[in-house]
Amino acid sequence: MSEHILELQKISKSFSGVEVLHEVSFALRTGEVHALLGENGAGKSTLVKIITGVHQPDKGEIFLNGVPVHFGDARDSRQAGIAAIYQELSLFPDLDVAENIFAGRQPLTLGKRVDWRKLYAEAGKLLDSLGVKLDLKQKARSLSIAQQQMVEIARAFSINARILIMDEPTSSLTLSEVADLFRLVRRLRSEGTAIIFISHRLEELFELADRVTVLRDGSYVDTKSMSDVKRDDLIRMMVGRTISNLFPKQDVPAGDVALKVEHLGRAGSFHDVSFELRRGEILGLAGLVGAGRTNVARAIFGVEPATQGKIQVEGREVPITSPQQAIALGLAYVPEDRQLHGLIPAMHITSNISLPMLHQHARAGWLRDRSERKSAYDAACQMEVRANNIWQLARELSGGNQQKVVLAKWLSTNPRILILDEPTRGIDVGTKAAVHGLMSKLAAEGMAILMISSELPEILGMSDRVIVMREGYVTGQFTRAEATQEKIISAATQNVSIGNSQ
Amino acid sequence: MTVQNPPAVQRSISRNGLLWTLVRFREAGISVFILILVVAVTLRAPSFLTVDNFEDILLNISILTIVALAQTMVIITHGIDLSVSSMIGLVAMMVAFVLKQNPEIPIVATVVLGMALGTVLGSFNGLIITFGKVPPIIATLGTLSIYRGLVFYYSQGTWINSFELPRSFKLLSKGTPLGLPNMVIVAIIVAAVVYYFLNYTRTGRDIFAVGSNPDAAQFAGIRKQRIIFLVYLISGLLCGLAAVLWVSRFESAQTNTALGFELQTVAASVVGGVSISGGVGTVPGVLLGALLLGIIQNSLTLIRISPFWQLAAQGLLILIAVISDKWILSRVERTGK
Repeated sequence: MSEHILELQKISKSFSGVEVLHEVSFALRTGEVHALLGENGAGKSTLVKIITGVHQPDKGEIFLNGVPVHFGDARDSRQAGIAAIYQELSLFPDLDVAENIFAGRQPLTLGKRVDWRKLYAEAGKLLDSLGVKLDLKQKARSLSIAQQQMVEIARAFSINARILIMDEPTSSLTLSEVADLFRLVRRLRSEGTAIIFISHRLEELFELADRVTVLRDGSYVDTKSMSDVKRDDLIRMMVGRTISNLFPKQDVPAGDVALKVEHLGRAGSFHDVSFELRRGEILGLAGLVGAGRTNVARAIFGVEPATQGKIQVEGREVPITSPQQAIALGLAYVPEDRQLHGLIPAMHITSNISLPMLHQHARAGWLRDRSERKSAYDAACQMEVRANNIWQLARELSGGNQQKVVLAKWLSTNPRILILDEPTRGIDVGTKAAVHGLMSKLAAEGMAILMISSELPEILGMSDRVIVMREGYVTGQFTRAEATQEKIISAATQNVSIGNSQ
Repeated sequence: MTVQNPPAVQRSISRNGLLWTLVRFREAGISVFILILVVAVTLRAPSFLTVDNFEDILLNISILTIVALAQTMVIITHGIDLSVSSMIGLVAMMVAFVLKQNPEIPIVATVVLGMALGTVLGSFNGLIITFGKVPPIIATLGTLSIYRGLVFYYSQGTWINSFELPRSFKLLSKGTPLGLPNMVIVAIIVAAVVYYFLNYTRTGRDIFAVGSNPDAAQFAGIRKQRIIFLVYLISGLLCGLAAVLWVSRFESAQTNTALGFELQTVAASVVGGVSISGGVGTVPGVLLGALLLGIIQNSLTLIRISPFWQLAAQGLLILIAVISDKWILSRVERTGK
C-alpha cells in the first residue's frame, strides 16, 4: 500500500448530469514522473482538480500514503503537500512577481505582520535556484506567458511539495526553457518528489516520464512503463485508433504571390523583415518565444501597424493600419492566446463566429438572425466543433473545441490569406490532426497560409518554406527540402544545445 | 540557408531612471492635478490657501475618507457597495433615537453601538453576496433601498434635531483636544489602520488576490467567500462609525441623511486610482482622491461659481482628473518600456 504516495480508486465525477470521469484509478509512486495522457476532454484536468481538492469526487476514494483522505478545498490538499501548475495560468495580474509566489502564505513576523523583506529575499533565492531572471517587483500582468509560467513553477517549488502536478507546463516555453524545466523536474524526482506530468508532446514524455497512465473519454485505459511503449502505442491508447499521418501537408503547386512584405519593421519589436507568400503555400515562421514572430503577424494584420517597410497584398501596395482594413483585403489572423484575443468566452458559438463579419449579416444596421445562424452553423460543421448546439457559450468548450471555433470564425470571413499563430498549442492529438488536415485542404484550395509555430515537427511537417526569426530579425530561410531541426534551431538561437526537444 | 547575426538590441530607457521612479509612484498624476488646482484657485481667491480653510476642508472630507476607504476595500475585490449611504442613514437615525431617549449614556457607547449596528447591516450585504450568490451591484442596490426604507419606518418620518442631542455628543466630532478636530484624527487613524491591514496582513493581501484573479485565489487556498464577506462587513462597520460622526457633526438625524453619498465614495476611490475591475488600489491614493473632492467642493464656493453650476462643475473636474491621470500614466509607461 505505502509503495504509492497517492492512490485514487474508482473515481467518478459528473457535472450537471454529464459524467466526465468514470471509475478512474490512478497510483503514483514517490520519486517518479508519471505522465497523464489523453485527448482534450478525456478528463485529465478534472482528475487533477480532484487531486488538488478543487472538485470533490462523487464516488471513489483517495489514499495518501495508504490513508484515506478527503480534500474539501485547495487549501487541504496543499497542506498535504500537493502543488499544481494549471493549464490556465493562475497568477494574480495586479500583484508583483514575488508576492505571486507567496500569495496566500506570505511569510509573517512574530507579530503576524507580513514580512516583506523576507518575502522578497526568499523569492529572489528561489528564482536564483531555478535559474530564472525576473524583476521581483514587476507586476505579473506585464510578464510574457513563458515568464508567467516560470513564476507558477517557482510558486509550486516554494511549497516543498511532495506531489507536484504540472498541467501542460511546456506548451509556451522555448527549447532552452524546456531544458531548464526538465533539469529541475529531474532534480526534484531524485529528491523523492512524485510528479504528475501532463503534456501533449509525446516526445517530452519519452524523455522525462517513468510511467504513463492513459485516459480516454473519462475512463481509465491503462498504465504502462514508458520503456515498454512506443509512440504509436500511446496514440492508439489515447484515441482508440492509429493516426498515421500527423502532418499531412499535400504538395500543391504554388500560385501567384498573395502577400509580400518588404523591409517591414516596427521600432522596438522587429526589423527588416521581407518575404513572399504564394497562394497554396504554407510559410512556417519559426523561432523562440519572443523572437518577434507574433509582432510581425500583428503588424501585417494592422493590430500594431508597422512603422517601416511595405506590404503588398495580391500585387497592390497597401498601408494596413487597422484590422478592419486587413479583413477587407482578405486577411484573417488567428491569434495565439485564444482566451485573450481569439474568443469572447461569455458569448455563444454563433456570436463568436459571426463577429468579424457582422456587417454582412446586417441590413440597415439590424442583424438578420437567420443569415448569421446559417453561416455560423456551416462554419462550425466544417470545423467539426463538438458542442451541444451553436448557442453554447464559448467558455464551456474544451480547449481544442475553442480553437476550432476561432478557426471557424475566421474561415467564415472567406479569407484569401490566413495567418495562424500557434494553431495547435495545447490541443490534443486528434484535434491537432484535424487542424493540420484542414490547413492542408485550405492550401490546396489556394489559400495562402502564414503559420507561426514553436513546435519543430509541426514547422517541418506543414511548411513549404520556413523563415526563422531571432530577436526581431530574420536569421534564416529554408525550403522544405533544406529544412532540418538542426538548421532551424541554430538559426533561432546559438545557445541551445540541440537535442533537448527530442 | 542564410544565417546572419542580428545586431545587438539596445534597451531604449533603463528602468532605473527618474521617469521610472515617478511611474512607480502611482499617485503622481493626481498629486500634480491637486497642485495645479490649488495654485489656480489661490490665484482667484487668496483666502483659499489659509490654515483655517484647509482645516475646514479636512473636517468636510473626514467622513468621506472613512467611507471611501471602506468602499475601496470592496472595489479591490471587484465588488461595489452602493448601500453605504443608507447604512449611514439608518445607523444615524437609530443612534440618534437612542441618544434622545437616553441622553446620559457614555459617548463611547454610542460609537460602539453605531459600529455594531453597521456591522450587522454590512454582514447582511455580505451574506446576500456570498451565500445568495447575488452580484454585489444588485445586492447592494437592493439594500440601498431596504435600509433607506427602514429609516422611514423606524423614524416614522420624524427628525432628530440639535436640541434633542446632548452637548458632549455634539463635541465628539468637533472637539479639538489634540489640536485637530477629533473627526479628522479619527479619519487619520482609520486610514492608518486600513493601510496596515491592506499592506501588512495576509487577509489584506488576500483582498488584492481575490480581486485580481478569483480563481487563482481559490487555487492558492485563499478562502474567497470569506474575504468577500469580510469586506462588506468592514464596509458596514466603518459606515456605522461614519454615521455616529455624521450625527455629531450635523447635529441631526434626518430621513435623507447621507442620501446620494455612495457616489461620492465611489468617486473618491476611483479618482484615487482604485481600479473598478479589481485588484488595484492604495490608501494614499484614496486619501488624495477624497482631498481632491473636498478641494473642488470648497473652491467652487470660494471662486463664486453659481450654485446651479456647482454639481456639474464638480463632475467635470472629477472626469478631467481621472482622464489626465490615465493619460500621464500611459505616456510615462510608453516611454518607460
